[in-house]
Amino acid sequence: MSGAAYPAGEPIRDVAHERAQVRSSKPAGAYRHLVVAAPAIAALARPGQFVAVSVGGPTSGMLLRRSFSIHAVDPVAGTVEVVVAAHAAGTTWITERRIGDVLDVVGPLWRAFPLPADGGAAVLVGGGYGSAPLFWLAQVLRERGSHVEIVLGAANADRLFGVDLATQTADAVEVTTDDGSAGTRGWVSDVLPQVLARSAATDVYACGPMPMLRAVTETAKAGGATAHVAVEEAMACGVGVCMTCVMPVVGVDGRTRMVRSCLDGPVFDGDRVRWDAFGDGLCRVPDDAVGAPQVGGH
Amino acid sequence: MADLSTTLAGATLPNPLMTASGCAANGKELHRFFDISRLGAFVTKTVMPAPRSGRGTPRMAETPSGMLNSIGLQGPGIDAFADEDLPWLASVGARVLTSIAGGTPDEFAYVATRLLASPAAASVAGIEVNISCPNVASRGLVFAIDPQASAQVIAAVRAAVPSHLPVFAKLSPDVTDLVTIAGACLGAGADGLTLINTTLGMVIDLDRMRPHLGGITGGLSGPAIRPTAVRAIWQVRSAMFADRIPTAPIIGVGGVASGRDALELAAAGASAIQVGTATFNDPEAPVRVLDELAGLLDTRGYAAFAEVVAAAHPERRRQ
Repeated sequence: MSGAAYPAGEPIRDVAHERAQVRSSKPAGAYRHLVVAAPAIAALARPGQFVAVSVGGPTSGMLLRRSFSIHAVDPVAGTVEVVVAAHAAGTTWITERRIGDVLDVVGPLWRAFPLPADGGAAVLVGGGYGSAPLFWLAQVLRERGSHVEIVLGAANADRLFGVDLATQTADAVEVTTDDGSAGTRGWVSDVLPQVLARSAATDVYACGPMPMLRAVTETAKAGGATAHVAVEEAMACGVGVCMTCVMPVVGVDGRTRMVRSCLDGPVFDGDRVRWDAFGDGLCRVPDDAVGAPQVGGH
Repeated sequence: MADLSTTLAGATLPNPLMTASGCAANGKELHRFFDISRLGAFVTKTVMPAPRSGRGTPRMAETPSGMLNSIGLQGPGIDAFADEDLPWLASVGARVLTSIAGGTPDEFAYVATRLLASPAAASVAGIEVNISCPNVASRGLVFAIDPQASAQVIAAVRAAVPSHLPVFAKLSPDVTDLVTIAGACLGAGADGLTLINTTLGMVIDLDRMRPHLGGITGGLSGPAIRPTAVRAIWQVRSAMFADRIPTAPIIGVGGVASGRDALELAAAGASAIQVGTATFNDPEAPVRVLDELAGLLDTRGYAAFAEVVAAAHPERRRQ
């Protein structure tokens, strides 16, 4: 439907569905860091991809999978790591799993972060636990010769994830919090211009809430860099069949389509996302989108 | 091993399991998880005359043992479907039950005609006429709430497709008298019925104090509506036994997540079973349910799936 029109590299078509035993579950600030045994997923995954996890066990009344970006994989040990925030009943159930419990996991799901030409500098931006996939990405980028800087932001110090990991994996780190309880008081977009300027980055990678991704895209553009954003849209299946996670994205033909953020994402070129359609927790269909509702609506 | 084959208005399928429209896209996505030619039939996402964006988001809400969806019939339109999606389905050997819709009876007929002009038309095992999607802006466009409007759509489609190709009317449970509407569809030339579409529901976001879905209302699906599906299938099959409406095959759909659930819909009167929302939880659900159903039939000593169709009806038990 949208595949022919959307350019972001070769789609990944390898996927696995595994019963993954929990190897470790540890608190990490406001979040839970889980390591599970999922060798087929670990062998396939690349930074930016996510997994979809079912919740509540075999008699669960909660049918929909919860999606988490992959924090890290160890293909040799056959493990996959995710960071989970206990938002509501389903995610709380996941955070309550203990060593030896089994999670039903599908992944790795769809488009990974595209990597720049070897050696280009990159800035990685994470909001809250949206930072989870960035440290693995930083490692991959540095192995390819890139200078890498990381910017982490959150509401407060407790909701930051991975400041220590950032220090270990990046050439430089900036931290912001809304309340000033860690790093600079303010938003990631407040410090991003100076980080872009000093690093001469060509590519910015970001994962976090939509308003942050929009701000990062605009700041990157102003600084002459390309933003690659990993979105966190609500989705039911993660595998491209439910059509609930759509968002308006401009294709190579210049036309806007409602594309699936699971299958055509979760990573998009920030310049192609129709940020103007998002607001107040809703996303409307732009009037100029292919097949947009006429008078009377859909 | 029980004989799993089932016959739907002259079309014999190797087994009774199908995807449900709108829960399997157009095949490529699930084909990564299992060979979709294993299914009795692959039911497509509803295709309409023109490309359609569907509604804004949020488009879904999880509910107890179910979910609401408010997609709004997003799709590429019949040209892209006939030229790209259907040939791909044919290339992997799928038997295709194509779900179609339109804004008028003529649009339904146009979609059917254009479908059968596809180079891959031979893969079409039947047409499922979606007159019951609740996610349309005007309740008046839900043809399936009115017997006459339903009959007009079915007659238009029937006239547009050759008689050997079965036409199924997909009906809504959100009506006062389902049997009358089923009878009107069969009288207008439908070869069978698909029971049921989602039932209209709503969730309110209490933090923002407004409707949760962008489209305000949505279709409820999942195990929560299975008893509604069983009831609908039972009522319509009972009316057939009583000769109130013509006897015709029923495709059962609604909340099937296991082989046992499939057996329940069959016992109520379904000759084929679609698996829908369960696929969102388990991408292999359609073939898992097939394997579980086959196992159940063997365990219970049935020689053929046909023996359990409508088996819970007293009329059938007396036969």
